[in-house]
Amino acid sequence: MSITIYVPGDSGALALGADKVAKAVASEAEARGLDIRVVRNGSRGLYWLEPMVEVETGEGRLAYGPVKARDVAGLFEAGFCDGPTDHALSLGDPEEIAFLKRQTRLTFARCGIVDPLSLADYRAHGGFRGLEKALSMSPAEIVAEVTESGLRGRGGAGFPTGVKWKTVLETEADQKYIVCNGDEGDSGTFADRMILEGDPFVLIEGMIISGLAVGATKGYIYMRSEYPHAIDMTEKAIEIARAADILGPSVLMSGHSFDLEVRVGAGAYVCGEETALLESLEGKRGVVRAKPPLPAHKGLFGKPTVINNLISLASVPVILDKGGAFYKDFGLGRSRGTIPIQIAGNVKYGGLFEDGFGLTLGQIVEDIGGGTASGRPVKAVQVGGPLGAYFPPELFDTEFDYEAFTARGGLIGHAGIVVFDDTVDMLDQARFAFEFCAIESCGKCTPCRIGAVRGVELADRLKAGVDPENQIEIIRDLCDTMHLGSLCALGGFTPYPVLSALNHFPDDFRREPRREAAE
Amino acid sequence: MPATADDIMIDKVRAIVDAHRDLEGPLLPILHAVQAEYGFVPREVQPAIADALNISRAEIHGVVSFYHDFRDAPAGRHIVRVCRSEACQSMGGEAVAERLLARLGLDWHQTSADGAVTVEPVYCLGLCACSPAATVDGDVYGRLDDETIAEIVEEVRL
Ligand SMILES: Cc1cc2nc3c(=O)[nH]c(=O)nc-3n(C[C@H](O)[C@H](O)[C@H](O)COP(=O)(O)O)c2cc1C
Ligand code: SF4
Ligand code: FES
Repeated sequence: MSITIYVPGDSGALALGADKVAKAVASEAEARGLDIRVVRNGSRGLYWLEPMVEVETGEGRLAYGPVKARDVAGLFEAGFCDGPTDHALSLGDPEEIAFLKRQTRLTFARCGIVDPLSLADYRAHGGFRGLEKALSMSPAEIVAEVTESGLRGRGGAGFPTGVKWKTVLETEADQKYIVCNGDEGDSGTFADRMILEGDPFVLIEGMIISGLAVGATKGYIYMRSEYPHAIDMTEKAIEIARAADILGPSVLMSGHSFDLEVRVGAGAYVCGEETALLESLEGKRGVVRAKPPLPAHKGLFGKPTVINNLISLASVPVILDKGGAFYKDFGLGRSRGTIPIQIAGNVKYGGLFEDGFGLTLGQIVEDIGGGTASGRPVKAVQVGGPLGAYFPPELFDTEFDYEAFTARGGLIGHAGIVVFDDTVDMLDQARFAFEFCAIESCGKCTPCRIGAVRGVELADRLKAGVDPENQIEIIRDLCDTMHLGSLCALGGFTPYPVLSALNHFPDDFRREPRREAAE
Repeated sequence: MPATADDIMIDKVRAIVDAHRDLEGPLLPILHAVQAEYGFVPREVQPAIADALNISRAEIHGVVSFYHDFRDAPAGRHIVRVCRSEACQSMGGEAVAERLLARLGLDWHQTSADGAVTVEPVYCLGLCACSPAATVDGDVYGRLDDETIAEIVEEVRL
């Protein structure tokens, strides 16, 4: 009987040499005359252990990591195909690794476990149960279930998904669309990528359910060009789903039609903003539209459109399968269900941690993330991507919850958190926030387009120590103008990283005047 | 009259446009396909796309210039993209990038004189838990250090 060995094909694992490991596994097995089957699974999200190789043994799956190609011969030598070993890289049962064991994996239940392109694996691990239920329900019932779950948009704004769907359901039209926002431009985030590379069928299932709920027959997945591996996996998954009549004129022989297409962006952060994304899909410049009209009324090509973040859509199958009440049971306050927190940057245990809302920032950074990778003290944590605030350790009691972050001048965004040690210069970070806004502005509003450039200049002057109090006052004014005078959150929220850096780390903004030709 | 290089290119682009004609909102897929073919979106072919899609030349130009991905001139044979976003910054990404640029003798957005390599910034590759990160012709590299830099330099000099 052949032995199954899992070597992740996830981009993160690839970036750490997984392809070389997979090759070494195949050639080593051949040299030893062993009959093996290599599965390129997704990542379980324990990136400090990637490439994490798993072997199916009589005692279940056993993991090893981080594995380099040069370790592979030794693993075979130790007999890792036969059962537990005391090899130095042995991690034992992966499910027992504390980082994984502590999680509540609903959306990511299969990610890293299954062969991402195997429908048989997908079904064997609970796939399509949500869709099958949805097919027996009326559109209004599906919408009610999603509303009951308390699911809020995982793309950043936290708008209730059920309410959005209800609006589209109730808008009459000859054509409606489902658009998946897979632009994932926020630095520090990789949850969308992991799903596409590790369990793409869950997104397809979620989008079909969304189509059934609102009466849409066509969906687009808008992805960023920076994710070539994810694009490739998604396209393959769609082909497979089409061939199995899961997508197409009669979804699972129900008579309901639904099909999907992947569209690739072209390197513009602002195209993650929903209306800019729709413009881009239509083949135009990614310039933000004024609202109203809402996309739910007039979206893609002027038709009623559900546009949701990828994780919002990928969370729908489990909600339909287990019920809105089940999902709602996790979390706290108005933040219900689970959230895949992406722990990134200068952190010891970086990766994806899905859990109910409510962990404190300190628990995430210190207990789960293990503090900095460098071993130095944590100075700041940026939560929510480039438009998110920097939090100092004094605010580590902040609970992971939409309202709690808003109350502290921040946002959850797409739930990415980036850890910095004490070598970071917060003035540099503030400058970068302005610079990023200047590079990515769609150009529609003056405060964003011009203000961001002005902000960079002010930061440079501060860096040179020129009249700091005056520059700081101008920066505060500028932030006010940008916050109030911008059409979208790119210009509107750039003040969050800037002002949080300024307020929590004032010393970094007050330099000694730079001396020409130092002493 | 023999067909000029431009004529041949324009014919090819017409074929690309035709292949995408049935898509809703076909412009971005067309531009991606043209860039995949030529490595950039030549100005000479833009009128042909405009005519075929019944939009103005100014509109095409506006779209091409809006998106960071679309080039109006050829890039090097290899394209190195180094992430400059926050998670990579937190792991010393800027310093690593400087060393890589120095090794290649290039600045951001520059192409080497022999046409071997272009270096570009990128704002997040989704490899933020394996930072600093970069790609070479789409192949991903994480936890960049002097060893990986040397590997990348080696690869692009081929
Ligand atoms: C500049 C900017 C960038 C954004 N980028 C993304 C993104 O990459 N992915 C995403 O899902 N939402 C992004 N959003 C939020 C979207 O506009 C929108 O709120 C979201 O797609 C709605 O889906 P949800 O309700 O499921 O979150 C961005 C917003 C702004 C202003
Ligand atoms: S705030 Fe900036 S990105 Fe947003 S619409 Fe205005 S100019 Fe465009
Ligand atoms: S911030 Fe560099 S890969 Fe995400």
